[in-house]
Amino acid sequence: MHVIRVPSSLDYSTVDSVFQQCARAAEGKALFDAGYLRFVDPQGLVGLLSAGALLKHRLGRAPHLRLPRQAKVLGYLARIRFFEQARRFFSMRTRRPREIAASSDVLLEITPVTTNSDVHAVVDRVQTRAGTILTRTLGYPLVTVVQFSVVLSEVCQNIIEHAEAPGWVAAQAYYWAKRRERWMLVIAVSDLGRGFRESLAPEHAGRFGKRWGDGRALEAAFLHGVTRFQDLGRGQGIQQIRRQVRRWDGIISIRSGTARIADVPEWDDTPALEEGLARFPGAQINIVLPAKHRGKERSDA
Amino acid sequence: MNGFGIDPVAIDLSRLVQRQVASLYAHLVTRPTGRAVRMAIESQLANAGGTALSVIDFSEVHVLDFSCADEVVAKLLLHHQPEEATRAFFILRGVSDLHLEPIQAVLERHRLAAVAETAGGPFRLVGVRSEADVRVWRSLEERGALPPGDVPAHLPDEVDRATLESLARRGLVFRRPESGDYLALSSVMRSLMA
Repeated sequence: MHVIRVPSSLDYSTVDSVFQQCARAAEGKALFDAGYLRFVDPQGLVGLLSAGALLKHRLGRAPHLRLPRQAKVLGYLARIRFFEQARRFFSMRTRRPREIAASSDVLLEITPVTTNSDVHAVVDRVQTRAGTILTRTLGYPLVTVVQFSVVLSEVCQNIIEHAEAPGWVAAQAYYWAKRRERWMLVIAVSDLGRGFRESLAPEHAGRFGKRWGDGRALEAAFLHGVTRFQDLGRGQGIQQIRRQVRRWDGIISIRSGTARIADVPEWDDTPALEEGLARFPGAQINIVLPAKHRGKERSDA
Repeated sequence: MNGFGIDPVAIDLSRLVQRQVASLYAHLVTRPTGRAVRMAIESQLANAGGTALSVIDFSEVHVLDFSCADEVVAKLLLHHQPEEATRAFFILRGVSDLHLEPIQAVLERHRLAAVAETAGGPFRLVGVRSEADVRVWRSLEERGALPPGDVPAHLPDEVDRATLESLARRGLVFRRPESGDYLALSSVMRSLMA
């Protein structure tokens, strides 16, 4: 039995430990122990789903998920619709979570993205909710609702166009008390597709020779807008997302295979490129947008 | 047939996206949506005949992403360059600042320019354009029309005269076949759609 210990705080900075443990599970049964989970962000949730889906496929049977003990965490997982997706990949002894009031900070529940119409649905859904979170919680001008929708649309299309496999997207605002003393909006996208290296290899690996790998593939796509298509119009999505996230002083990172690349603002110390990570299929995109102002209060705008 | 030898085609994007994508979504997002909308526009242009002035109306479009803009704007312009058999001139209408960013980005990517009527504002040249392009285009925009005999007096600089020719070749101004008059696309649009 492979026991995969889910950290008590599962977010974009700790989800790698889950991927690392998954890399060692080659056969047999697996148990994801989330009993001590106290905090989880969208990247942690879609990462956990991806890890469950991966091991179900690899081991030929659904891994077991030991659910968090804390009722408020269970309630949150229900609210963000984690269970609707998780039951496809995990066996669970589900307890009916205590009903909790809808959280106004959930911008987008965990949403599977497999088709073009899923992207339309995501854009449509955030149009009705994004205004309050972006303006009152983050202090951004109202016009950013449209720019935010464009960012979401482009990251979701990345799943359909390049991964050729299903994926998920989720977004939520959090108050980062310890690190930044301000609200942050976290957008997470994860798929289990081909990943950047494999997607780009037929067209571009030859130029790099032995240097070709996950890191070079991410640099080519992220920094230079390279795609597998000959069409000049392709490859703009990631470039435009990067430009917009920079304007908002946010972080964007993409993990694929064994590497992660990031645009990092001054306030964070995430490395611009990491290689030699535990291999994990597909791509995981993480975007963190900080509030304009410090403090927990929301503006009246 | 009107006196211009050109057929007007008005395209309401928000209606077209709903019809083509067969959904209730009115946002111009995703590449397949853009491709479907572009093909619908091209079908309308094919029905219009030889030369058409197509007014693409963005005023009811809320969200326009880069992938969709690449199909609906850049690819459409690329497929109807003035030297192509199905010649068409385009005006992008009701363009807001939020539309302008993806439109500008895709035009730059393909080294294209287009005439746009900003929401509640004047017509402008967007995309890849030189200072001379803007100067000469604006000068014609202010006049509305320029007969060939008036060109030397109005544009004494040889560079500006070459620029006017270049604007006509790129479909950014209309040159009337029989008289050789140069017409601003806004002027043609007002006459055809009055």
